[in-house]
Amino acid sequence: MNRSAATIQAVGRTRISLPVLAGASLVLVTTALAFVFFVAPNDADQGFSQRIFYFHVSIAITAYGCFAGAAWKALRHLWKRDPRADLESYVFVHQGVIFGTLVLLTGSIWAKISWGHWWLWSEDQLVLFLVLFLFYCAYFMLRFSVDPGPQRANLSAVYALFGVVLIPVSFAAIRLSKQLIHPVVFTRDGPNFHGWILVTYCLAQVALPVLAYTLYRLELSAKRLDGRLRDLREVLA
Amino acid sequence: MGYARDVGALARKDLLLELRARDTLPAMLLFVGSVFVVFHFALPGTSSRLATAGLLWVAILFTALLGLGRAFVPEREQRTFDGLVLAPCDRSAIWLAKSLATLAFLVAAELVALPLYALFFHSVGGATVAAVALADLGICGVGTFLGAMAVATRARDLILPLLFLPLAMPIVVGAVGATVVDSPGRYLGFLALYDLLFAVICWASFEYVVAE
Repeated sequence: MNRSAATIQAVGRTRISLPVLAGASLVLVTTALAFVFFVAPNDADQGFSQRIFYFHVSIAITAYGCFAGAAWKALRHLWKRDPRADLESYVFVHQGVIFGTLVLLTGSIWAKISWGHWWLWSEDQLVLFLVLFLFYCAYFMLRFSVDPGPQRANLSAVYALFGVVLIPVSFAAIRLSKQLIHPVVFTRDGPNFHGWILVTYCLAQVALPVLAYTLYRLELSAKRLDGRLRDLREVLA
Repeated sequence: MGYARDVGALARKDLLLELRARDTLPAMLLFVGSVFVVFHFALPGTSSRLATAGLLWVAILFTALLGLGRAFVPEREQRTFDGLVLAPCDRSAIWLAKSLATLAFLVAAELVALPLYALFFHSVGGATVAAVALADLGICGVGTFLGAMAVATRARDLILPLLFLPLAMPIVVGAVGATVVDSPGRYLGFLALYDLLFAVICWASFEYVVAE
């Protein structure tokens, strides 16, 4: 009990407080939105609709980040037996699935405007996110059909680790299965966009991970509080 | 050396059990035959080689799923899983032995399914056979691993396909690619890479699936 209290305190000292994070993500996301709509110029080729890309791409990278975070925490659970890692890994997967759903939605909207179809199998990233979405939804099925305890933590952790292996393998598989249509923004010569477009993109790319991290911390603290309440209730009963 | 003997003994146990009870293999054979008949009526008229090649892989995948779902049922029904985990052998040997036993069932089912496919639809080439062999390794390795996970849950049979199908997507891409293109080298290489990668992960992490 003393040890866990000490860890929580130590963690509290090193981490940025939740209200500060929430304020930062509010300011960043609002600024990014303002830049997307008012500052960034229209794309010469695709016009106004191209603006969804600033968020689409940033959300996708944030979702990858969440899945990677989940795998990292899963590894910490299996390797170091870190008692907090299981819940952290789960919350990361949860955030990853939320952002993954947003990728599917923004991607669909863009596909509809650009090509007139809500869904295109020729879209590498979109198909990959569909596979990942199904994979990580099964994570929840798995997790919630095992009673809480060490076994649930182990199974969840192993499955989350499978996820980071599946991402590159599926990506390679999708590339293998079709021709390439997705616009590639970063080439070997560096990003092929400049000025305000680059600034807007970078802003969105910073804003969304901060937002994801804020949500992650929020959910984590709520879940921990939940757990503590349950423990207290058991003690009282 | 001791490891190989453990794996051999465990795999032999499963094969012997199947030989006596005949639970899994007849069901798989009957299933794959019925699926082909359903496919014939599901396909419009005379369908192309491409379409039936895809269906061959759907049939193989679902037949495998049937076998994988049964893999850990005896352990569960007879409550022998704890005995396996407590046995003085490396835990990964349990995974390897189960995978080999399931592989044996799947290969036996395919020895009937592929000629049947050739009879009903189109001839089967050497590349397809190679793809079947490589895909089987991946299907059984990953599927057995997930089967052990699924059997620990309340949902059990329900959850295995949900866990398995997203992970099997790359296998389908490699296998169908190898079946339909003229130079299947890249696809076969991809399948081999998949097998190797996931075999290493399964082998290394099976310990955590069965131990608390």
